[in-house]
Amino acid sequence: MTAPAIELKGISKAFGPVQANKDISIRVMPGTIHGIIGENGAGKSTLMSILYGFYKADRGEIFINGNKTEIPDSQAAIAAGIGMVFQHFKLVENFTVLENVVLGAEDGARLGPSLAKAREQLVHLAKEYELNVDPDALIEEIGVGMQQRVEILKALYREAEILILDEPTGVLTPAEADHLFRILEGLKEQGKTIILITHKLREIMDVTDSVSVMRRGEMTDTVKTSETSPEELAELMVGRKVLLRVDKKPAEPGAPVLEVNNLQVVDEKGVQRLKGVSLNVRAGEILGIAGVAGNGQSELLEVLGGIRTATGSIKINGQEIDLSGKYSDGRSRRERGIAHVPEDRQREGLIMDFRAWENSAFGYHHDPAYQSGLLMNNAAIRADTEGKIERFDVRPANPLLEAKSFSGGNQQKIVLAREIERNPDLLLVGQPTRGVDIGAIEFIHQRIVELRDAGKAILLVSVELDEILSLSDRIAVIFDGHIMGERLPAETDEKELGLLMAGITDTEHEHSIEEIEANLAEAAGEVH
Amino acid sequence: MDFVTLLQILDSTLRLATPLLLACLAGLFSERAGIFDIGLEGKMLAAAFLSAAVAAVSGNVWVGLLAGIAASMALSIIHGLASITFRGNQLISGVAINFLAAGITVLVSQSWFKQGGRTPSLEGPARFESWTLPLANTLEPIPILGPIYKELISGHTPLVYVALLAVPFTWYVLFRTRFGLRLRAVGENPAAVDTAGVSVVGLRYAAVAICGVLCGIAGAYLATGLQAGFVKDMSAGRGFIALAALIFAKWRPWYALWACLLFGLFSAIETRPDVIEALIGVKVQVQLLGALPYIMTVVILAGFVGKAIPPRAGGEPYVKER
Amino acid sequence: MDKMPKWADLFLIPIINLILAFIISGLVILAIGEDPIAALKLMVEGSVMSTYGWGFTLYYATNFIFTGLAVAVAFHAAMFNIGGEGQAMLGGLGVALVCLFVPWPHWSLAIIGAMFSAAMFGALWAAVPAYLQAKRGSHIVITTIMFNFIAASLLNYVLVNNLRPKGAMDPATAKFPEPTHLPSLSDILNGIGIPFAERTPANVTLFIALAACVLVYLLIWRTRLGYQIRAFGKSEPAAIYAGISPTRIIMISMMISGALAGMMAINNVMGEAERLVLNSTEGAGFIGIAVALMGRSHPFGVLLAALLFGFLYQGGAELALWTTIPRELIVVIQALVILFTGALDGMVRAPVERMFLAMRRKEG
Repeated sequence: MTAPAIELKGISKAFGPVQANKDISIRVMPGTIHGIIGENGAGKSTLMSILYGFYKADRGEIFINGNKTEIPDSQAAIAAGIGMVFQHFKLVENFTVLENVVLGAEDGARLGPSLAKAREQLVHLAKEYELNVDPDALIEEIGVGMQQRVEILKALYREAEILILDEPTGVLTPAEADHLFRILEGLKEQGKTIILITHKLREIMDVTDSVSVMRRGEMTDTVKTSETSPEELAELMVGRKVLLRVDKKPAEPGAPVLEVNNLQVVDEKGVQRLKGVSLNVRAGEILGIAGVAGNGQSELLEVLGGIRTATGSIKINGQEIDLSGKYSDGRSRRERGIAHVPEDRQREGLIMDFRAWENSAFGYHHDPAYQSGLLMNNAAIRADTEGKIERFDVRPANPLLEAKSFSGGNQQKIVLAREIERNPDLLLVGQPTRGVDIGAIEFIHQRIVELRDAGKAILLVSVELDEILSLSDRIAVIFDGHIMGERLPAETDEKELGLLMAGITDTEHEHSIEEIEANLAEAAGEVH
Repeated sequence: MDFVTLLQILDSTLRLATPLLLACLAGLFSERAGIFDIGLEGKMLAAAFLSAAVAAVSGNVWVGLLAGIAASMALSIIHGLASITFRGNQLISGVAINFLAAGITVLVSQSWFKQGGRTPSLEGPARFESWTLPLANTLEPIPILGPIYKELISGHTPLVYVALLAVPFTWYVLFRTRFGLRLRAVGENPAAVDTAGVSVVGLRYAAVAICGVLCGIAGAYLATGLQAGFVKDMSAGRGFIALAALIFAKWRPWYALWACLLFGLFSAIETRPDVIEALIGVKVQVQLLGALPYIMTVVILAGFVGKAIPPRAGGEPYVKER
Repeated sequence: MDKMPKWADLFLIPIINLILAFIISGLVILAIGEDPIAALKLMVEGSVMSTYGWGFTLYYATNFIFTGLAVAVAFHAAMFNIGGEGQAMLGGLGVALVCLFVPWPHWSLAIIGAMFSAAMFGALWAAVPAYLQAKRGSHIVITTIMFNFIAASLLNYVLVNNLRPKGAMDPATAKFPEPTHLPSLSDILNGIGIPFAERTPANVTLFIALAACVLVYLLIWRTRLGYQIRAFGKSEPAAIYAGISPTRIIMISMMISGALAGMMAINNVMGEAERLVLNSTEGAGFIGIAVALMGRSHPFGVLLAALLFGFLYQGGAELALWTTIPRELIVVIQALVILFTGALDGMVRAPVERMFLAMRRKEG
């Protein structure tokens, strides 16, 4: 019997008081694709970071091909034949593809010969594994799909036999994800071992041979993929039965609340990010914006939230709002009944060093209820926060804790409570469940649907197609600053939306991955 | 303005640009690796003192130069500890280093020489002498080019040539070697370097050390080349002007040369109010001329470098993240 | 979960940092052939063992409260204002102008006018770098440093060409008229029956400095403006999201900072020298950085740190008087305090955090 390509025995790791990995053991056989699935914060990434020498395990052993191996740093991991494709790519943006591949694996002190050799090698590897890239393109000028292939090439250039991919499809369209999986199949046929870390059940079911499930730092089970089901995996992940779809009544849309007409945005670098977007959202409906990250959806939210200036026209309840003048800031928007749950709550939605109560007034700090004379009425804000914490089930229920001490889901609840309880006419929501555990996801979705049922308009932006499909009453697809079309969730599917997200309106026929990628790259290239 | 005056001004431009250029390239190595360094000033000052002190005692300027480099290097190590090992605030560390140098140079020179915080005047082999390049006198009669060669190109102390040669050297190291590739990468995205199996800490310390060497040469030049001995606070803001030149040059070696020559020119005409008067027709007060390099620095920073993009990871200590 | 108790963060760490700075300073004194213990004794005797010493210590501390608060307010907006020195110089110019050219009937009115003028001059001198940072992206650290040099040249120019009395040699203004002279601390204390050494420079400005501490506390932690300043300082993108204008906050916080630095001038220029001389600030603007870092940008911490530096400054002067140790020793100590409290904080923090974590494990 062959030795496992990787065997971990009793790995434990704590960060301060938090136990990220508890006594984890796992065996991955060579030439297989092994999935690791679990919720946010289940400890998947920590485990793989230990395997790649990023963190040192407190306890436990690592065996590579049956040999006990110490992996104190990335160098040792590379030497042991392990390559890793991180969720956030580790590429130097203003270097070329070639330079990125060579970095750290140069051949001698002079750069010229190293680059020449790598170029040759790269062409060879690209051909062998169908990983076509342009060696001389700058990273910042190529699309994420190609960036990901550069990461895979980096690993292969270092002669990796074991490839770990951490949430590789988060930034890809469905077609690109399928293309990636074909590449992985190809690598597997060449005898490479692949570990796929993901929170998406469908991916596990589609490509893996076996799957390990993690929950709260522990390995709950390892099963053959052919012998399990999504429902079973979900239950293993969460520890209870979960509803995979949002439970909601059909929408009863009223009058338009938001009317956007010919909206154009040019960013700081002079690049046009929105090229004439028109859409509307009616009272009592959720409009979902689907699209690959970077196609203008963030800018749309920012303009609506008063973070960015624009030209064109936006009406709220029939009244024009200021897009570039004195009243184009967040404060004026809030006064017009627009609430905003931003895409990046840690960077924008919260001040991580502020306490929960200070955060719960954030953006609404001009509210007269929060003032007493010249000073702020901290007692009133605190009392207010206590109510919100209770109604939104924020844990721990302590308004004195700093935002950074809460988990992702609870941070999001603090933001959501602040915005929803203002009873806005229009709620802007960006990536509501990014980095949020399943329990909180259900709660957050429920609250958004409740607000809709109360007759409010909701604009939802998410890169998770599942979320768009299950939560929206109507879906608009954005690509390269244009709205490619609108669909009703019941009358469309991931495949059609995926093509629209790549700028292809002819969704009846088959399209090659090259065509899709060329479209996306062109849009991305223009951006830079 | 006649030709001779022009040559004189350009000649002193070159001399005054030398410490700026060395410090600027020092900062370039450090900042390209992601370590901001506003302590260039302090390192130059410390090097100026120790080089002058050791040169005065030993009577050998080369020994003095080495001592100057050592002084600057010691401060570089402190900056490295603060900003790399202990992940502290790089700006604050730089400020501390500037004050440390300002204080300790006076303290020690007073203790050693008892001359009110200066070193004895340097003479003979304790000071860098001008080099006359080959054929300078032979070629002098050739109109225009002859005097340019003799007055402007020839006749400087060795460190001036070191500074000029440091420009192509820096360019080569940065863009044509493995070390340079890694150095630039660590200033842009240290995580990429780390995951590629190269030590971020090692690279950054190397950059900070090179910065120390170059600052050391810059300081030694101040006290043993440009002037003959150390006086209190003799760096007089040059480290900060070098920093401004670095931003103006957008962290590129050849641009750094031009930027430093420009700032050198400002300093050169500062000492020639007669030339300025002839040029603009108004008599300018000497105090305002003294402020000229600083005002120009502000103007340049405000006006022309709006789009200068510093190394992306600059100023941020590297913490491993998934 | 906090890694260590609040008190350790607020007091233990700064104290360890301070001790480290002192130990190294002691080594420096040893290295230049003096006795650090004797030096410390001399410093303590000269600065806090007599009301005469206190008269100087409190005078210096008053300066450092203003400059420390100035740096601290800017810190809250994530602005590193190294320009306190220049702003204080300009504040001095502001004081000199109103004291020389306005016929004040009484000091109590003069001090209000002088305060206003000093604050205005300091604020405007800070406003230029602030504007360049906000609108042009010029780094505030470099521009404020440049503005220190420019301020020195400007002051030199104005003193030599405009304000120097006819026939006088040194670049300084004439003595301010009698009604602008501020009551000294000894006048006040002796007046209410508390004996205090005369001919010491501490003056009524001390009380204004204390009031400034309270006002800055209220501003930063209790007002909406302070809330916005702190939010901006922690995260600019979040501030923009919340409708807080970065330009406005940078301008306001830097101008408050400059005004505080400028107001130092009512202590040293109006209260002590009673005329404007070159280099009247004597580096107090820079000491503000050490004071703010040491005081964790909190007004109460700034007050304590300012007292400490007042003691060091007066003690250093005594040392320079009685030993061969130059006054620059203070600059070294100041540098070490900045280094340990500001840049090498992590060196002390990490082991202390581990210690508390280990203690907690043992308990729990």
